[in-house]
Amino acid sequence: MIEGILVEGLIYGILALGVFISFRILDFPDLTVEGSFPAGAAGGAMTALMLGPKFGAGGSLFLVVCILCAGLIAGGLAGFATAEIYHRLKVHPLLAGIITMTGFYSINLRILGGKPNLPLIAGNPLLDSARSLLNGMLSPEFSLLAASMLAVLVLFGILDFFFHTEVGIAMGALGDNENSVIQAGINPVRLRTLGIILANALTGLAGAIAASYQGFADVNFGQGVVASGLATVMLGELVIRSQYIGVQLARVFIGSILFKALMYAARSWGYLAGITPNDLRLITALLIIGSIALSKMGRKSS
Amino acid sequence: MIEIESARVSFSLGAGEEHVVLKNLSLSVKAGQTVSIIGSNGAGKSTFLNAIAGTVPLRSGVIRIDGVDCTRQAEWERARYVGRVRQNPLAGTAGDMTILDNLALASRKGPRRLKIATPPAIARRMAEEVAQLEMGLESRLHENVSRLSGGQRQALTLLMAVLSKPSVLLLDEHTAALDPANAEKVSALTKHFIQEFGLTALIVTHDMSRALSEADRIVMMHDGEIIADLSGKEKASMTVAGLVDLFRKARGRDYAEDRDLLR
Repeated sequence: MIEGILVEGLIYGILALGVFISFRILDFPDLTVEGSFPAGAAGGAMTALMLGPKFGAGGSLFLVVCILCAGLIAGGLAGFATAEIYHRLKVHPLLAGIITMTGFYSINLRILGGKPNLPLIAGNPLLDSARSLLNGMLSPEFSLLAASMLAVLVLFGILDFFFHTEVGIAMGALGDNENSVIQAGINPVRLRTLGIILANALTGLAGAIAASYQGFADVNFGQGVVASGLATVMLGELVIRSQYIGVQLARVFIGSILFKALMYAARSWGYLAGITPNDLRLITALLIIGSIALSKMGRKSS
Repeated sequence: MIEIESARVSFSLGAGEEHVVLKNLSLSVKAGQTVSIIGSNGAGKSTFLNAIAGTVPLRSGVIRIDGVDCTRQAEWERARYVGRVRQNPLAGTAGDMTILDNLALASRKGPRRLKIATPPAIARRMAEEVAQLEMGLESRLHENVSRLSGGQRQALTLLMAVLSKPSVLLLDEHTAALDPANAEKVSALTKHFIQEFGLTALIVTHDMSRALSEADRIVMMHDGEIIADLSGKEKASMTVAGLVDLFRKARGRDYAEDRDLLR
């Protein structure tokens, strides 16, 4: 049970990282996530299905890399679409995201071969290799946990480095005060496009991993992920306050694990209070409200 | 060096009508010259600076900086050689980022690289630069800019604007939102940086005596036009009262109110 929560928390933490980058760093309320997450899932699952037989379903490293890249690219393309709509048509970010999200529903169905659901019964290379990490020295559950932690650590390292580079600093400044970026002689349009692509590529990556973990990709995977991602980010911010980007990135995963634990608790013991799985969305919404209210109260008292 | 030829800026009011803010304005400023731009509210002073910086487009006319035609360049492209400080101390800095990150952002103009932005060498150099402000900021490099006072923040913005030694420095009433002590301090810093880096500067101000004492040349604007341009001996013998007289003469009775000019 605890491994399950941790693994899910880490996987969906990658999704929340995307939400964190768009909402918090770029100050760009991006709903594209609801399209880029299933796009990554569909891209990853289809890659596994098509390349699996050629490279052996047991899970070669090459195949794993292909699946992860498919998720990154599918999500990144959705982000690029939103950025172009936003910059060229000069519409509100929310509208740009809604347009992309709506369009990608159909695109995702096409990736999935016209079916709403693609099970990975024939072979699930990503999950198989994660479970047999270190050639069976660990139990499959712990091997999976170790693989997730490894993936998250690598990702954390890359992003922490990125947000300390000149490009990363400029991206942070862009969400804060666009004028300061313009004054530095940087094209704000190109920088924001890059940021939105990065955020959605991460979301797509999370989608590809989540599809492997669940054993199937579904066109409806994206429903409600913006809200759960936001709840995750806010839970993290509630628990740990920091101005350091490294801590801010790390706390997204802490928030994600907390969120998954809360959801698990609601599913497992919620019946004692009359809560059914149907109520989970309401709980997510209330969590967001609660997090915002608590952080506002905290700000007033400090 | 900056040359503006017949710059015209107007905004459409709809139904074919337009509001003309700059009327075929021309001005040529030599390298290293400091020009004060004075005039009543609505004279077009800020629009003039906005046009040079590229914030508002020209309807017609040409702007050349160091001989390069930049009329069609976007604001961010021009920012590579145009430094700028606005009236609002919050406008030029990223508040949720550290002093060091802000300085690193401004220290080099143009596209960014995938290199660590603030290695120890840069941090040391920025500490030296920010020490020139004499505000104790060198020991607060890792604090967020939002924690600075208005005066400190505006001084930092000024430093960020001059750090890359721009061809033109545009200052739009950059001390007007500060208390007298801080305004004095930021003015002194402005003078210091302009001299140290030999900058070409255009300063919009409502403070006549400061305009007289700090600039090599005074340009008076009204209604989108330059109505007086004083330098050399003419400027040296000018007084605040003289400026007000000049203004009255040029505009006639309608604008004879001193308040209008001195506000």
